Amino acid sequence: MILLIILIKIIALTFFVVLPLVPMSVFFERRFSAIIQDRVGPNRVGIPLTLFGFKKDCSILGIGGLVQPIADGIKLFLKEDFTPKHVRKAFYWLAPALTVAPALITACAIPFGTPISLFGYTEKLVIADIDIGPLFIFAVASLTVYGIAIAGWASNSKFPFLGGVRSTAQMISYEIALGLSIIPVLLYFGELNLSSIVQQQAEHGWLLLPLWGHDATHTLASKLLFWFPAAISFLIFTISIFAETNRMPFDLPECETELVGGYHTEYSSMKFALFFMGEYAAMVVGSALIITLFLGGWSLGFGTDSWISELSIGGFGFGGLVHMGIFLAKVVAFILFFILVRWTIPRFRYDQLMKLGWVIFFEAALVNVFLAALIVAAPHLAAAITAIGAVLLIIVTAAIIWVARVSETKPPILRA
Amino acid sequence: MAVVKLQRPKLGPGEQIYLTALLKGFILTMTHAVKSLLGKSMGAKGLASSGLGVTMQYPEQTWDAHLPEYYRGAPALVTDEQGRERCVSCQLCEFICPPKAIRIVPGEIPSDDPWAKVEKRPVEFDIDMIRCIYCGMCEEVCPEQAIYLRKDYVITGLNRKEMVHDKDKLYQIGGVRTGLVNKWNELK
Repeated sequence: MILLIILIKIIALTFFVVLPLVPMSVFFERRFSAIIQDRVGPNRVGIPLTLFGFKKDCSILGIGGLVQPIADGIKLFLKEDFTPKHVRKAFYWLAPALTVAPALITACAIPFGTPISLFGYTEKLVIADIDIGPLFIFAVASLTVYGIAIAGWASNSKFPFLGGVRSTAQMISYEIALGLSIIPVLLYFGELNLSSIVQQQAEHGWLLLPLWGHDATHTLASKLLFWFPAAISFLIFTISIFAETNRMPFDLPECETELVGGYHTEYSSMKFALFFMGEYAAMVVGSALIITLFLGGWSLGFGTDSWISELSIGGFGFGGLVHMGIFLAKVVAFILFFILVRWTIPRFRYDQLMKLGWVIFFEAALVNVFLAALIVAAPHLAAAITAIGAVLLIIVTAAIIWVARVSETKPPILRA
Repeated sequence: MAVVKLQRPKLGPGEQIYLTALLKGFILTMTHAVKSLLGKSMGAKGLASSGLGVTMQYPEQTWDAHLPEYYRGAPALVTDEQGRERCVSCQLCEFICPPKAIRIVPGEIPSDDPWAKVEKRPVEFDIDMIRCIYCGMCEEVCPEQAIYLRKDYVITGLNRKEMVHDKDKLYQIGGVRTGLVNKWNELK
């Protein structure tokens, strides 16, 4: 019975919630970027009922183009799956799968909503309610780089190889900032279980919007004070997620101007589509993680969540589904933000990218950890000790900034 | 060439932190997005947009009403007021045509024809629309003002043969053109 429930949850949440978000984000990508660029975008593809003898084609919800991702998929399926002679076959075949699978596996630790109850059973809307949520996600998500590195190497040609190398270096650099930047969040919640983190945010205010649910242990002042390290964490974490998912400003592994197509230059048909899907799945899971940690996950906020989770008709408590809807709406909103960033910020140069990762984000995240620790611990410490801590922190920060400035080599001035 | 030393602008602390520039960028792209949804993008009116961005959505809306006077579309033959074909098959257009798209088979006008004194007219006149580059040289070179570039631009066909416009087709596109050349007209 338990096995069956787990199977149902895996299939329902992965294949009917996360995977459909991938073509949806592709559609949004195309439409939203078109709108940003004063164009129209795909607005014609509907269900071709005329092929089956009907009078008119049908467009879903009256919005043309919603079926575009399916048309794209069919196109990719029908293309020739060409394997060049010079590739290392086994790895060449393995690489696309290695990019998609981790992205989908990470979805299992994300809480989609409050428990739903049916026929007396109560089930949490999360596939694996593990107590090491973020760690598990980081561990599995960083496996994606194997797919890309192997693709680059197995293609046995120079541009994919360079793409793979770039991706590896980038992932390693930003993994550090990514891991360090969420330590303040984990310190604040004292919890690594994503479900309980979201539950706490629903009760006491989102990390970046702590405006309700004040009590003795969660005073408004302490929450507002913690807002600053939380905001820094959010900034570093979001930008590192961009780098991790190889999205624009950080999509150097597939930078067309320099590397043709990057690591997937030699791939065609469905193998290429798998890379594409992997990128978008990583984007979906990444934004889901950001929302879970910083923006209250499935909670609607302002103390409405306990009311929503109690909603039920007969024996069917559907509050969890409402929460899931809220969660997905937030995810879609964040994906739109991803797209907005893509069409706003130009691509970084590679040394700038490395400098941003190692010199700025790494240090900032590190200082932020101490700042958050000080703020969290302050109520339990004597005022003098807190003051000493603050002074030490300021000295360390100043030292880091000084070192970063000094270490920066100025380019030699070109003379005529 | 003199070497120009590029002086990079000094950035203030607000600009160095980069975030303000990001914000400005977001505002810029979002204004574009909102404006294009409202159909108020820059230049939307001049480009006769469909109300989304600056794009005119093609099969439903066409450029026909907005084509300029000097637009060069498909070349076509014209007849004059009295239904006489203006072309005298001098073959100048055939010779000038840069991609060699025009093929003319000249023929004599029989003596019992009312226009017998014109002497020549084309028996066959083919323009291969796959080769045509719409340069308008034929129109420029024609001494009889018999060939004109019309505003038709949707030239389609399912095979190469359909893409060759023969004499009937050319006259069908061209129609009647009045005025200008009257040297064969005895009434004037």
